[in-house]
Amino acid sequence: MTDMLTVISSTGATKKGYDAGLSDEELLHCYRTMLLVRSFDEICLKLQRSGRIGFSIPNLGIEATQVGAASALRKTDWIFPSYRDFGMALYHGIPALEMMHNMFGNAEDAAKGRQMPVHFSFVDPIHFYSISSPIGTHLPHAVGAAYASQLRQEDTVHLVSFGDGGTSSCGFHSGMNFAAVWKAPVVFLCQNNGYAISCPSDEQTASDGYAIKAEAYGMPHQTVDGNDLLAVRQAVLDASERARKGEGPTLIEAVTFRMGGHSTSDDPTKYVPKEIVDKWKKKDPVERFRKFLEKRKLWTQKLEDQMRKETLAEVDAAAKAAQKVAKPGLETIFSDVYAEVPAHIRQQGEFLFDLSKRRGEADAGDGEFPL
Amino acid sequence: MANLTLIQAVNDGLKTAMRADESVVMFGEDVGPKGGVFLATEGLTAEFGKGRCFDTPLSEDGIIGTAIGMAMNGLRPVAEIQFQDFIFPAFDQIVSEAAKLRYRSGGQYTAPMVIRTPYGGGIRGGLYHSQSGEAYFAHTAGLKVVIPSTPHDAKGLLLASIQDPDPVLFMEPKALYRSVKGEVPEGEYTVDLSTLRTVREGRDVTVYCYGAMVPVVEKAAAQAKEQRGIDCLIIDLRTLLPLDEEGVIEAAKQTGRVVVVHEAPRFCGYGAEISAMIAERCIEYMEAPVKRVTGFDTPFPNTLEHHYLPDERRVLDAIEAVYDF
Repeated sequence: MTDMLTVISSTGATKKGYDAGLSDEELLHCYRTMLLVRSFDEICLKLQRSGRIGFSIPNLGIEATQVGAASALRKTDWIFPSYRDFGMALYHGIPALEMMHNMFGNAEDAAKGRQMPVHFSFVDPIHFYSISSPIGTHLPHAVGAAYASQLRQEDTVHLVSFGDGGTSSCGFHSGMNFAAVWKAPVVFLCQNNGYAISCPSDEQTASDGYAIKAEAYGMPHQTVDGNDLLAVRQAVLDASERARKGEGPTLIEAVTFRMGGHSTSDDPTKYVPKEIVDKWKKKDPVERFRKFLEKRKLWTQKLEDQMRKETLAEVDAAAKAAQKVAKPGLETIFSDVYAEVPAHIRQQGEFLFDLSKRRGEADAGDGEFPL
Repeated sequence: MANLTLIQAVNDGLKTAMRADESVVMFGEDVGPKGGVFLATEGLTAEFGKGRCFDTPLSEDGIIGTAIGMAMNGLRPVAEIQFQDFIFPAFDQIVSEAAKLRYRSGGQYTAPMVIRTPYGGGIRGGLYHSQSGEAYFAHTAGLKVVIPSTPHDAKGLLLASIQDPDPVLFMEPKALYRSVKGEVPEGEYTVDLSTLRTVREGRDVTVYCYGAMVPVVEKAAAQAKEQRGIDCLIIDLRTLLPLDEEGVIEAAKQTGRVVVVHEAPRFCGYGAEISAMIAERCIEYMEAPVKRVTGFDTPFPNTLEHHYLPDERRVLDAIEAVYDF
């Protein structure tokens, strides 16, 4: 593995004179966002266990990578997220309520209930690109969007986030290759969290880590401690600066660990040895940043209690509000297939509306998502 | 008006679009200085520069995937897949990404893009330079599938496809690239996506076809008229998705006898949809069972390709069979 970039030590210390380039408020916003992600996870788990939503993705252990990367981006930049990037959306001010609408697939959901939970899509206040379930397909999208920015001579950066499993996809190869050839302003962020669902890294690749793969594409790379928020931020800032100057893409490997299951339906104790989990528990990313804040005299227990209470209340209120919103109307099955509804789809819609009127609506059944 | 071949009309269409709108970009394998293997993009890099007409690495998945990214961020990409046979590495990008983007994002992200690709047999290209894969794509909600058969339509449909807000698969009948010529208006004009073209009026037998099969059907119809006095109504479907269903049904009712012709294999081919549509909507007008003239349910052969492709003999046989039923 190549040299690992670290900024915050395990005791919360940084090198003398280190400047993160963030105000006290911004540093606290980073911390609060990580707590907000934890609250989101906690409440979604309860919602899933009580059958109110079908599925969620836990972010436990990955929060510093998400928030550190997001903190390096401007509002004009684009994020092409993986499905485990809640913190990137929340950092940039996408309301918990908007995300909860998606979790419930209700009428207020940006995707109108057409996608599974966690498949967010936002354009405001930052482009947080619509999530697709197949792995790695969004890498070439980021490269194409970056090409468009480059052609118009904008200084926009396109950050694309994916897991260690994503590096095996054809989208990784074509995305990396096209971006390097075009010198497109892309930051490839590989979140090496140890497992692709249940498949460990040594069954995913025979290479020495993931960052080194960049060398074959003629692209700079950086391995970074993914549980160190400021190190991830620094790596993404450096890569973004190169991209904005027209120097092309970078591959960043953030080494971290998924402390929970792949999803709320997954039982990681079946495939993750307990000693690995115990080892990573000691490297908790939120605790590490808390120690950093404490050394900067920005943290108190009182503040901690208040933030935890506030973030839980915020997500809880969002969940309660989203739960009250009606399901999307039947017409949303048929709209947005094309800009205009073609005749054959319109006729199929009219058929369903009529059938539902005559015979009542279809039974929703008790389908349970297995993964 | 200029008298152009179909490939010249495609080239003219691309130049017209790129002159009118600087967000239109054209890319793919060998489309830059070489001008494409069929010369569809000849002169584009010279006129519009390397930023707007350029070669890509050899990766269909990458070509279509990056086109989607460009489309969602303000460009109007036209991506060339060198032969339709090579499109399958990009199948996922076309079917699961481009075609579903508007739907899955509630309209927040869209993919207004065109995928140009030469399809079909007739150039001794064997298994991998001859296929007609339209049925795979016509099965995909969110995609439009367009196949021209004349130089006039090639330019007009291409311009309409580039202006369209949704992803369009534009399949060019390579057998006709240089074998047909016709009048093509200069400058901008569009041919509406989702309208049929009546190639020939007739009252006895309706023949549906598209792309490279249109001239084959025209010749067969001329022979039917000359030899038997059978008067064929020929319909060029030209936009397979979304299809002008009303136009299809209207044409079937006019004669009550139907032949569908395509060079793609028969099983679950596009002709099956036309046949089912007629059975569902106007079987009471039918005087004879629908006949399909198609490629065989085999891979595409090389040396014997002329036996695989529907020709005038096979079309004439089918016209006579439904007429005599």
